[in-house]
Amino acid sequence: MIGGLFIYNHKGEVLISRVYRDDIGRNAVDAFRVNVIHARQQVRSPVTNIARTSFFHVKRSNIWLAAVTKQNVNAAMVFEFLYKMCDVMTAYFGKISEENIKNNFVLIYELLDEILDFGYPQNSETGALKTFITQTGIKSQSKEEQSQITSQVTGQIGWRREGIKYRRNELFLDVLESVNLLMSPQGQVLSAHVSGRVVMKSYLSGMPECKFGMNDKIVIDKQGKGGASEEAAGKSDLGGSGGGGGKQSIAIDDCTFHQCVRLSKFDAERSISFIPPDGECELMRYRTTKDIILPFRVIPLVREVGRTKLEVKVVIKSNFKPSLLAQKIEVRIPTPLNTSGVQVICMKGKAKYKASENAIVWKIKRMAGMKESQISAEIELLPTNDKKKWARPPISMNFEVPFAPSGLKVRYLKVFEPKLNYSDHDVIKWVRYIGRSGIYETRC
Amino acid sequence: MTDSKYFTTTKKGEIFELKAELNSDKKEKKKEAVKKVIASMTVGKDVSALFPDVVNCMQTDNLELKKLVYLYLMNYAKSQPDMAIMAVNTFVKDCEDPNPLIRALAVRTMGCIRVDKITEYLCEPLRKCLKDEDPYVRKTAAVCVAKLHDINAQLVEDQGFLDTLKDLISDSNPMVVANAVAALSEIAESHPNSNLLDLNPQSINKLLTALNECTEWGQIFILDCLANYTPRDDRESQSICERVTPRLSHANSAVVLSAVKVLMKFMEMLPKDLDYYGTLLKKLAPPLVTLLSAEPELQYVALRNINLIVQKRPEILKHEMKVFFVKYNDPIYVKLEKLDIMIRLASQANIAQVLAELKEYATEVDVDFVRKAVRAIGRCAIKVEQSAERCVSTLLDLIQTKVNYVVQEAIVVIKDIFRKYPNKYESVIATLCENLDSLDEPEARAAMIWIVGEYAERIDNADELLESFLEGFHDESTQVQLQLLTAIVKLFLKKPTETQELVQQVLSLATQDSDNPDLRDRGYIYWRLLSTDPVAAKEVVLAEKPLISEETDLIEPTLLEELICHIGTLASVYHKPPSAFVEGSRGVMHKRLPARTGSGEGTECPDVGNAAGGSAPEAAPSIIPSQGDLLGDLLNLDLAPPTTAGPTPSTSGMQMGGMDLLGGGLDSLLGGDIGGSPAMGAGFGAAPAVMPASLNAPVGGGLGDLFDLGGGVGMPMGAYIPPKTVWLPAMKAKGLEISGTFARRAGVIQMELVLTNKAMSVMTDFAIQFNRNSFGLAPAGPLQVLTPLGPNQTIEVSLPLSTVGPVMKMDPLNNLQVAVKNNIDVFYFSCQYPISMLFVEDGKMERQVFLATWKDIPNDNESQFQIQDCHLNSEAASNKLQGSNIFTIAKRTVEGQDMLYMSIKLSNGIWVLAELKVQAGNPNYTISLKCRAPEVSQCVFQCYEAVLKN
Repeated sequence: MIGGLFIYNHKGEVLISRVYRDDIGRNAVDAFRVNVIHARQQVRSPVTNIARTSFFHVKRSNIWLAAVTKQNVNAAMVFEFLYKMCDVMTAYFGKISEENIKNNFVLIYELLDEILDFGYPQNSETGALKTFITQTGIKSQSKEEQSQITSQVTGQIGWRREGIKYRRNELFLDVLESVNLLMSPQGQVLSAHVSGRVVMKSYLSGMPECKFGMNDKIVIDKQGKGGASEEAAGKSDLGGSGGGGGKQSIAIDDCTFHQCVRLSKFDAERSISFIPPDGECELMRYRTTKDIILPFRVIPLVREVGRTKLEVKVVIKSNFKPSLLAQKIEVRIPTPLNTSGVQVICMKGKAKYKASENAIVWKIKRMAGMKESQISAEIELLPTNDKKKWARPPISMNFEVPFAPSGLKVRYLKVFEPKLNYSDHDVIKWVRYIGRSGIYETRC
Repeated sequence: MTDSKYFTTTKKGEIFELKAELNSDKKEKKKEAVKKVIASMTVGKDVSALFPDVVNCMQTDNLELKKLVYLYLMNYAKSQPDMAIMAVNTFVKDCEDPNPLIRALAVRTMGCIRVDKITEYLCEPLRKCLKDEDPYVRKTAAVCVAKLHDINAQLVEDQGFLDTLKDLISDSNPMVVANAVAALSEIAESHPNSNLLDLNPQSINKLLTALNECTEWGQIFILDCLANYTPRDDRESQSICERVTPRLSHANSAVVLSAVKVLMKFMEMLPKDLDYYGTLLKKLAPPLVTLLSAEPELQYVALRNINLIVQKRPEILKHEMKVFFVKYNDPIYVKLEKLDIMIRLASQANIAQVLAELKEYATEVDVDFVRKAVRAIGRCAIKVEQSAERCVSTLLDLIQTKVNYVVQEAIVVIKDIFRKYPNKYESVIATLCENLDSLDEPEARAAMIWIVGEYAERIDNADELLESFLEGFHDESTQVQLQLLTAIVKLFLKKPTETQELVQQVLSLATQDSDNPDLRDRGYIYWRLLSTDPVAAKEVVLAEKPLISEETDLIEPTLLEELICHIGTLASVYHKPPSAFVEGSRGVMHKRLPARTGSGEGTECPDVGNAAGGSAPEAAPSIIPSQGDLLGDLLNLDLAPPTTAGPTPSTSGMQMGGMDLLGGGLDSLLGGDIGGSPAMGAGFGAAPAVMPASLNAPVGGGLGDLFDLGGGVGMPMGAYIPPKTVWLPAMKAKGLEISGTFARRAGVIQMELVLTNKAMSVMTDFAIQFNRNSFGLAPAGPLQVLTPLGPNQTIEVSLPLSTVGPVMKMDPLNNLQVAVKNNIDVFYFSCQYPISMLFVEDGKMERQVFLATWKDIPNDNESQFQIQDCHLNSEAASNKLQGSNIFTIAKRTVEGQDMLYMSIKLSNGIWVLAELKVQAGNPNYTISLKCRAPEVSQCVFQCYEAVLKN
């Protein structure tokens, strides 16, 4: 298991050092600094073995987190733990920075003591931790409070405490998708996938039992065969306004769930039921590859005129309902390293050559569906004797659209709380769809 | 509150100031001081001098302060063991606190204080906490047992904590169960044979139930533990798989990978024609692909694991090529791993896409990545024959870019393509030769030289090209020197007239001016070959080469199986067994995949199936730990060259004048006797590097036959030979499997060995040595393995044994410890020989002598045994026994019961007398043995039983 955990600043100075196992000594702290932090670009793997000691590291802004071990540990678990550690710290004191870590080092030690015991990760749900690691000095808790804390930390529903009350029961669902594309210069889709998340913010009283439904092809097909329409009643509840039009159901390649979701039930019946944590949580992640609505198409044209000049023309076409608006559109056209000057003409938005980034950045605030826009640029090059050809990195794009490119729709989210007197109808529900560009690239 | 100020105090006299503050009356000041101490501790300053002052702050009701003091204690208790005792009281008191959080904190901290004196005091509080009413305290106590075990394993066993821990597996709280499983798994690792976890269908069921309810980390502990279990049959295996598959949708990648590990392992046991097997295969692909959208570090772990999974079960991801395409922004470590997997998945169906991608990558910035991409194109050509042409043209395009490292890498892979598809793409040689000057890396230079030498007849200026390399011969790396030597000899054999001078020059450079023994030896071999028989030289040097195989960098099957059992762990990231990077014995147990059972597949390899996870006792044959005297013997073994080493290289070459070298030989070479004798040629290996070994082939084969003959002749009828058993499994011996038996033929004891090479490299230089044993058995000659043993080849050898070796009593008496050496390593195993091997042919005693001896041996030395279920009559039994040199001297019949009197003489002169009672119709025999050395009786009885029942 994890033998020790160190946090360093960018210079390699130790900010936090917690050793869990005897086989990890102080020299391990230095070994990592010398061999990884100070090695600059030489280190090419997040797992490093130095003198039979393994170091796992992740970096957040300029802070290094390193877990150290001498055993054959579960590597995936160590990284998951390090990410979790970052989440917990962010939840407690915001951004992970040298300043914040130094200011909260006592808290961090307390957290490390709690969530890692002898190198074994323990309950690390922020909701639970915040009930008893407070840094406001010890309150004299009553016996009931104490046992409530311990039963929550160790309990089956470790992410939610009992006795939550709201005057208004409300929940917000955000379907956040990032659409990824790699297209050949000829317009052939080399790979495209959507990775989506359903984020739920809930303000519900008691221990509400929730059931979530979406237009999952497997579920819809099953119902179609059975003819039963138990769910159909709830269908009108939360119909989203997708941009894709008449798509009835979508094929989900794979999905993963927050630990509150009953996985065996999903496996057996493909129904998503859970008791949510209070406040915000990421309910599920999913991935689709079929019938993706690609919101934009980029058509590049690059011509080399002699050895010192390039002509670039890029057309973008929006491909969704004309009534919808895309926002924050940005097209990034890479330029060679030996560029000496650029002249740009665009019909819409603003375009600028940014020498420091070696790219022309073209920004458009808004763009409706089924439109097209164009930019052309002349790039002057300095003559070089570099034998190597310019690598022509792909043209990348950023945008935000108000629909889910995968075609996913929320069909219902039902809430049951048998012990309290509010029903599904009393809960106010909001659904929002946001599609963003992930890595959206077209080779040129 | 800005605690960061504590990091900046670097004044002199700081310790003194802190001391004063720690002893301050004001609570706030005390707390501030402790914080300063912890901050100093963090940055590595030695604040151990403050120990008593800090410990004084322990008695407080402020939980935050208490935790800080505990943190300090954990760090420094070891350096101040006597002072640490001061803290014990507080711990013991805290363990009784009404607040469960404080109880847990105390037991958690106590376990981290690694001072022997304290651990004694820990036992009582720990015992209470293990049975605490609060689950939070119990789950903390469970981990504490593992901590204590790490400090003092004996104490944990003596105090019975292990049993309490086992009970916690049935706890009502899932988190307690998970921590107990984690603790037990860790403890079990250091007791490989203890069967601590005691996994059985009932306990597995409990674990599977807890799996649904505990935290993500707990699920990982449980899944990792489940992976150590071996189900009894395919049905149990399937039912566990069914309950584990839901975990594949967990948001935590580690849960997913651990579930994949369990499934990959248990799948081994499912029959392939089962519908469920196919379903499971389909279910595995999506979660593996999803892992690639995790954070880059996890992607890296996932990719390293997918690399293993793709090698073990390529069918799972064969349609998922696209997800492994490299993204521009991927970190370099992700890019390199993706590239590896792309090549593994490349097939005729997707090769066009893959090639287009690879070509794209070859223009990127990162040098390592570009090199790997270029190399990948070559590997595709070798793997997918249909694509070879396109790959070659892509490589040519890349060479045109003139980017130095791209060109070099391309030349290295083109050499391999030539090896795979001879006489197909040689038209590109001209282009390659243009780039000769830009090659500065040894591997690329060596590859180019190889190409020039191999195709010397098609390159007009081959001699000039090679000569240009020769100028700086001594500055080249060995790799290049060796290639240059071979290439010039090839050139000479192809164009003898023009290149005499060149070949003499290189031979003298290699033999006279070089310190490198490899180079010198190869030089001499060529020299001798050329001077004695140039025709033979031609056949050797220019022999047709075997085609190279498709996949060059596959992990060896035995290692792969082990790594599959370690999915998700560091071992799977490093692609090395844990023993390669973990110190000590912890977790170094070899894990194996279970064997398929059920549905009539039988149990072909009985010793694979019963490895019940990590905790089952190893089945025989056991491996001998290296013993002092054995090691000594083995040193001799290394020194004495095996007689199979082939013709000793003649030293006369040293005095041989450089000029007369080509004397007679040249004529015959020029004579144009190119046809050669095909029979000879076939015997010779291909690459010069393996030549010395393959030279032996014809000779060795003959000798082997001779020995076989010796074994077959004059075998007395019916001598008992036990069936062959596996003595040394391939797992333990880097791929070498040894099975065998013993036989006595015509008075010669023989050890009959079957050597199987299950590794991927050729094995040579076999030798054998015995440890001292009860009857002085020793090899009478060297182990006759004359040909190199190629991958998946098997060879049978008979080793004659003598009984004049050094004697040492073994337990059991017929135990034999053996060491076998090959070019890879030395391996040890032990086996038991039937003692009947030692029964000599002149073991028939005179009747009178028998009677006298029988009386003479005291009755204490007599032992009686029962042989059950034997359906032979006395006549047949007697005949059968005679075959194994157990001689019947007399027979009498009393009341329908036959009494047979027999004598046996062992090779060391010990006589054994026997009386066998056989009653007609009764399958149970009674046998009485009398001997002056009664220890042997047990073994002799075993022989009786074995002989009579076979």
